[in-house]
Amino acid sequence: MALAQADVLAGLAEIVNDETGIATEAVQLDKHFTNDLDIDSISMMTIVVNCEDKFGVKIPDEEVKNLETVGDAVNFIVNAA
Amino acid sequence: MTEKIVVTGVGATTPLGGDVKTTWKNLLAGKSGISTLEKDWIAQYEVPVTFAGQAAVAAAEILTPQEIKRLDPSSQFALIAAREAWADAGSPEVVPERLAVEFSTGIGGVWTLLDAFDTLKERGPRRVLPMTVPMLMPNGPAAAIGMDLAARGGVRTAVSACASSTEAIANAITRLQSGEIDVVVAGGCEAAIHALPISAFAAMHALSKRNDEPAKASRPYDVNRDGFVMGEGGAALVLETESHAKARGAKIYAELAGGAVTSDAYHITAPDPEGSGAARAVLATLAMAGAQIEDVAHINAHATSTPVGDIAEYKALRRVFGDHLDKIAITATKSSTGHLLGAAGAVEAIFTILALHEGVIPPTINLDDQDPEIVLDVVTSPRKLPDGDLLAISNSFGFGGHNAVVAFRTYKG
Repeated sequence: MALAQADVLAGLAEIVNDETGIATEAVQLDKHFTNDLDIDSISMMTIVVNCEDKFGVKIPDEEVKNLETVGDAVNFIVNAA
Repeated sequence: MTEKIVVTGVGATTPLGGDVKTTWKNLLAGKSGISTLEKDWIAQYEVPVTFAGQAAVAAAEILTPQEIKRLDPSSQFALIAAREAWADAGSPEVVPERLAVEFSTGIGGVWTLLDAFDTLKERGPRRVLPMTVPMLMPNGPAAAIGMDLAARGGVRTAVSACASSTEAIANAITRLQSGEIDVVVAGGCEAAIHALPISAFAAMHALSKRNDEPAKASRPYDVNRDGFVMGEGGAALVLETESHAKARGAKIYAELAGGAVTSDAYHITAPDPEGSGAARAVLATLAMAGAQIEDVAHINAHATSTPVGDIAEYKALRRVFGDHLDKIAITATKSSTGHLLGAAGAVEAIFTILALHEGVIPPTINLDDQDPEIVLDVVTSPRKLPDGDLLAISNSFGFGGHNAVVAFRTYKG
């Protein structure tokens, strides 16, 4: 079943908030995980695994480095679902 | 002449209170921090000891959810205690390269390790948290404090079981006297109230099994003592060269007059029955303090409430002090707090400092029938200390044959 982009963004924002304390409103499609949100690689791996659980997708380790922005992650999840 | 080292800040979270003030008030009131554990895992694993001294204020009430998520419970206690001590010291302006941390744990991140193993077994390696290693490593608490306070003068962790945090304080002396460091945050933490460590300590018959009377279970020197009671928490001291403290007009609690560490090389867990290693640690501490045995007015004893340990310490003290021991007011505050393992020494150092600073010795509770083999003047209700230049020591001993002792002196400016 296809996931709506807005639903994935909202779910991802909750995961980011839970892991880092960053406000959900700040998690927007154009935000860069490292440069804008100051998320380190360890938190990123936790976020990835939590996304896998929440959205029922598989995000391979080699793909994680390509997910530079929130939009990259949302699009990957929408397409993988 | 070597420079004096002074105590300018104290912080603690213990079974008696979430800060030093509450802990001290409840200690003087003769309260017990020990209670029955209301945990599912007690029944699940049929844990033979069903009580302990849990932190009076949960770390989650103080730290942010993200701090809780990224720090093992031991590091959470460490950070809470260190921040309180730092604020109490007036948040000193110090060059980061001249600020060091000496912060211990006895066991380390045991909750993180065991939770991670459960996750591995139940959900596979990909679900093991990437923060697992930094959370379980024993230097994690010291590193967390170092990052929080921007300490760049060296962050170290002495690990010597229940002597750990007294050793950390002793180690701070050499750092401060090197001339390279102005301020050290020293102390220890422990968070091991978990089914496995409790079962393991119980398996070696180290723990009290007084399940029906938890508040009476920790009873150092009593004839009916049957083992120690596990506690958890953290405690931190801000230690400073006298010149640095005076230059910034800091409040000074006491002088850290000496500290020493020795080892028994006798048995991995049993204390040397002659107490010679412990005695050497006391004597070396007094030598560093430039003190005579007659100068010691008060001792906060290690006294964990085990049948053999309390006697071994008594013999060591008698060996050092001879008849003067009868004139020393002794307290065993683990009767109230339980045994905080790697945090115990720092908690008791704070009690020793406050005894000198406030002029009152905190009581030993549950001493209904003193062991006739232990001939000590044990303080059982708050007792005023005389005025004057007083020296007090705090002892800690740990599995592995570790002996650590520190001495504090009233500070007169």
